[in-house]
This record gives sequence, structure tokens and C-alpha cells, in this order.
Amino acid sequence: MQPANSGLQNGRDLKDLAQSIRIHTLRMIHSAKSSHAGSCLSMADLLAVLYGRALRVDPSRPDWPDRDRFVLSKGHAAAALYAVLAEKGFFPKSWLRTFYQNGSRLAGHITHGVPGVEVSTGSLGHGLPLACGMALAAKRDESAYRVFALLSDGECDEGSTWEAMLFAGHHRLDNLIVIIDYNKIQSIGRVEEVLDLEPFAAKWAACRWSVREIDGHDLSELESALSSVPFTRGMPSCLIAHTVKGKGVSYMEDKLLWHYRSPSEDDLRLAFGELGESL
Amino acid sequence: MRTAFIRTLVELAAQDERVNLVVGDLGFGVVEAFANQFPKRFVNAGVAEQNMTAIAAGMALSGKIVFTYSIANFPTLRCFEQIRNDVCYHNANVIVASVGGGLAYGALGMTHHATEDIAVMRALPNITVVAPGDPLEAELATRALVAQPGPAYLRLGRSGEPLVHRQSPASATPPGYGSCRDFQLGQAIQLANGDDLTLIATGTMLHTAVAVGERLCETGIHARVLSMHTIKPLDVAAVLAAARETRAIVTLEEHSITGGLGSAVAEVLAESAVEKVPFKRLGLPSQFTSLVGSQEYLKQAYSLTVDGILASITELLNRRDPAPLEFTRTRAFAQPFHD
Repeated sequence: MQPANSGLQNGRDLKDLAQSIRIHTLRMIHSAKSSHAGSCLSMADLLAVLYGRALRVDPSRPDWPDRDRFVLSKGHAAAALYAVLAEKGFFPKSWLRTFYQNGSRLAGHITHGVPGVEVSTGSLGHGLPLACGMALAAKRDESAYRVFALLSDGECDEGSTWEAMLFAGHHRLDNLIVIIDYNKIQSIGRVEEVLDLEPFAAKWAACRWSVREIDGHDLSELESALSSVPFTRGMPSCLIAHTVKGKGVSYMEDKLLWHYRSPSEDDLRLAFGELGESL
Repeated sequence: MRTAFIRTLVELAAQDERVNLVVGDLGFGVVEAFANQFPKRFVNAGVAEQNMTAIAAGMALSGKIVFTYSIANFPTLRCFEQIRNDVCYHNANVIVASVGGGLAYGALGMTHHATEDIAVMRALPNITVVAPGDPLEAELATRALVAQPGPAYLRLGRSGEPLVHRQSPASATPPGYGSCRDFQLGQAIQLANGDDLTLIATGTMLHTAVAVGERLCETGIHARVLSMHTIKPLDVAAVLAAARETRAIVTLEEHSITGGLGSAVAEVLAESAVEKVPFKRLGLPSQFTSLVGSQEYLKQAYSLTVDGILASITELLNRRDPAPLEFTRTRAFAQPFHD
């Protein structure tokens, strides 16, 4: 298995991993002429720390019973998860070229059956309830694995997310960790304009979660937060990661447009230039 | 039926530690037997059916066999997408159990009538849809669904349904049909044989179907009576045999005639090469009732009583005469007027 503290301790490896996720993701979305680049880029650093440090997973044994479970609830950001899974060796990187193509195993929304993918999502608000079931099962089986769920801010509009928030707090699921990619932009508007979540942390806390807020692009802060879960024994952990949609590509940052637009070849050249990668 | 279900579930849970029960804050006086005996395998998810269903899926994906339990439409329609995406797509071992199928909660009103659930559930891939006809079938279906991996919908009646099957009707059952003793999902049980017509019933209409068969017998009409406890996968062979060997088919369900058992049987008949037989779906019209009343009152209003069904059957059999014969006869009588 991959020890939780592997890698270079100066964090260089995490930076590289985050970089690879961004590069793969942009290339995939460009080739596929698909969308959700902004949603992938905002969580690239979160995935890097999860797969580079926090998660106890084994790419050679994706079904290892004691593995930590990772549920990507914002299934539309599939490209980024496929990218990190390929980087970690769950499947060959060559698969990434098939993303979104006819006959591919890699659908536009995250799909099980791909090594390393626990569950299919895509319809929002499904991930946290599923993760609650897994965490409850682990508790009752006295298994040591943890369940991590990565949510978008937009899907916190869903009633099912709130049902699960109440449930996890009530059942003291301290083996459950929610990370929210709080990039402040949802499908067709800014969160504060569409359906404001603030005071966001207070809402989770009111449902009996132990909450921390963090800069979702600060790798060492992320590493430190994710290595200290549960934040409070007997409570589920919620990490609100303040992120920037499209992070890493200047013209995509904080722009709703890049929830939808697929980067052209010129766009891609510009993006890769900023990321220090050649086409 | 719910008593038979919970008794069986407790028994199965004692034998198989994977069996769990997640309820949506319903089942007072029913689920305590399970909760008290297996507190670590029982969860009340609260009044939150979406979460109840997804939690069940998450638990099932962690190696458990999980029943969700609520009443009427709450565990099906309220959380339909969780059943579709979380349960069925992942082929998770979740069995959705609903108490009060059809009009069981009569006077509580339309919100509590489960009248489209079979149609909706049967549209999903990977799922087995079962509506037991009596407490014994409820018990046997529960056992079979625990033994069979994959998603299922178990549509139960409420309470006090009469026992239709004798405890071991195997001897009365010709080979080729499932007897109650060797209950098989997807295999109809024949309760009476005849070649004048076939009554195919599901769920709570079973005892009525048997009574209708007996009344028909008194008038010299011999009906085959099938319990189609499994609507998906449907026992296609039994439907086609009925079409070949008997002269009419009538389906009976406490459900809308749109999309339920009747539709499932019609699909088979329409696509088969068997010669067309007179066919009638008896159930509820596709409309919301404005009537208030008990299950029996409402069934009477929709002619789902023995007498109501007999009247429908008589009408169907009376239009059974082949058209050419009718035409010839009319002409023969009509002849003198032309002279």
C-alpha cells in the first residue's frame, strides 16, 4: 500500500501532482470538447493532497477492503479524478486520451467500474448520503477505514445533502470527512446570488460537524488539515476549502464561463504556457 | 403481510449478519422486533427517504444486505433517483420494502395511495419487482430476495390479508409451475387450472382472483388462476402458455392499469407470435380519486370486487365471438327485411 506519509516532505511532489492533474484535465477537456474545466481546476490541489498524502489506498489493489473510501460527489469534475487516479497508477495514463470518447470507460461524469472509482455520481447531492452509509458500515463493522467525500458548493443546495448532514452529526460519524470545494460559482451564477450558503461553516457546525476553513490552494495547510482528522473525536469533519474556480489558468479564474466552455487549441497553448507545460 | 415480512426478516437476520434494516421513521409496532434484537443492524434515518436510500446503498457497497422500509410511495417515488443511481446502477444489495401497496391506506387519501409504484420501479434496470399475494408469499419472497443478490422492490400489503395458499400446495400444482413450497422469483404460481380464461393477479388482488375463479367455476367457466408475484422479471412462459392454452386473459392489480402488471403482460402478448386472445387489464384508472373511503370502499368504486370483476369478465367473454361469425348471423337475420 501507499503509506500515508510517502513522498517528499517539502511538498514538491504535491505541487507536481497538482500540476499534472491540471495539465491532464485541460488536455482531456480540450480533446473531448467537453466542459467543467473550472470545476476540475478548483479542486486539483485538494485531489493532490488527498491522493498524495491523506488517503490510504493501494493502486494495485483498488478493492482492498480496508482502503479509505473517496466519494467524488461533484461528479462533473470527473476529468480531474481520472487524472489523479492515472497518475497514481490505478490505470494506464493512456486511458485519459479516451475520456468522453465513444467506447471509452471514462464517462463525462465519474463512473464506477474504473479502478479507484468508488461510486458513480453526476446528479448532485448523492455523494454525501452514500458516504454516510459507508461510514456507518465501517463504524458498525469496527473497520478502521475512513470515508472522504468531496462536494461542490452548488450541491449544498440539495435537500439530500442536508439530510445527510443531519444524519452524520447525529450518528457521530467521526470516520467521515467532507471537503467542500467552495469556489463560489455554481451552475449559472455566483453562489451568493443564486442561493447563499453563508454563514456556511455555522450551518455545518449547527448540524454537529467539526468544521475548519482553509485556503484550498495552500498545499501545506491542506496537508496539515487532512492529517489531523477527525478534527474532533466523535464528530464528522467538514473542511471548507476556499478555492478559486479555474485556479491556475489566469483567464479561467473565477469565471463562470469556464464551467461550460471547452478550451480551444489557442486557449490550451495559453494555459499550458502559464502552467509551464508545452503542448 | 407486514407481520410475515418482519418476522421473516428477523429470522433471516439471525442467520445472516449481513442483513440490515434502514427505516424512514415509520413502522411503529412493526420494526421494533428487528430493532430490539439487532440494534447494530438497524437505523432509523429519520423522515428523509433520499438519505435512507443512499445510506442503504452505501452500506450495501460495504458488504451488507440492506432493506429500506417505509409506507406507500415514500420509499419509492420520493427517492426515485437514489434508487436509480445509487442502488440500481451500482447493482447494490438493497431491497426497498413498502407497506401499503395500492389503496391499503384508503381513507388517508391520495398521497398515501401507492398506485404507480410498480410501473415506476419496473422501468429500472437491474431491479426485481415483487408484490406478494398473501402472507406466505410475503415470507417466501423475503427469503428469496435475501438469497438473491442485487436490487429489489418488495411491495407489501398492509395487515390482515387472508392466507391464500395452503401451507404446501405443491401437490395441487402441475409440474412446470412454481409451487409455493419451491417459490421462485420470476415464476408464477398456478392456484387453479382451467382453459376458458386465465386470471393473472399480483399482490393484494390474489385472494380476489381466487374467489372470482371459484364463482366462475359455479357457472361452468373454468379459469386458470396465476399468482404473478414477480412483475419483473415477468414469467413470460406462463403468460404465453395462458395465451395458447386458454381463451382469454385478464390481469388484476391494485395499481394503475398504466405501466403495471397489465401493461407488462400486454407487452408480452403484443410482441408474441401467439394468436391474439381477448385481453383485459383490470386495475385502477389513471386518475386521482376524488373519493374518500376505506380500501374496500375504493376497490368497490373501481369494480375491483369479486362482483365487479365478474361483470368485466362477462363483458370480455361476450365480445369473444369472432367477428365473421357475428357478421354472418346478422346477415342471416337481416335477410328477410331486404326481400
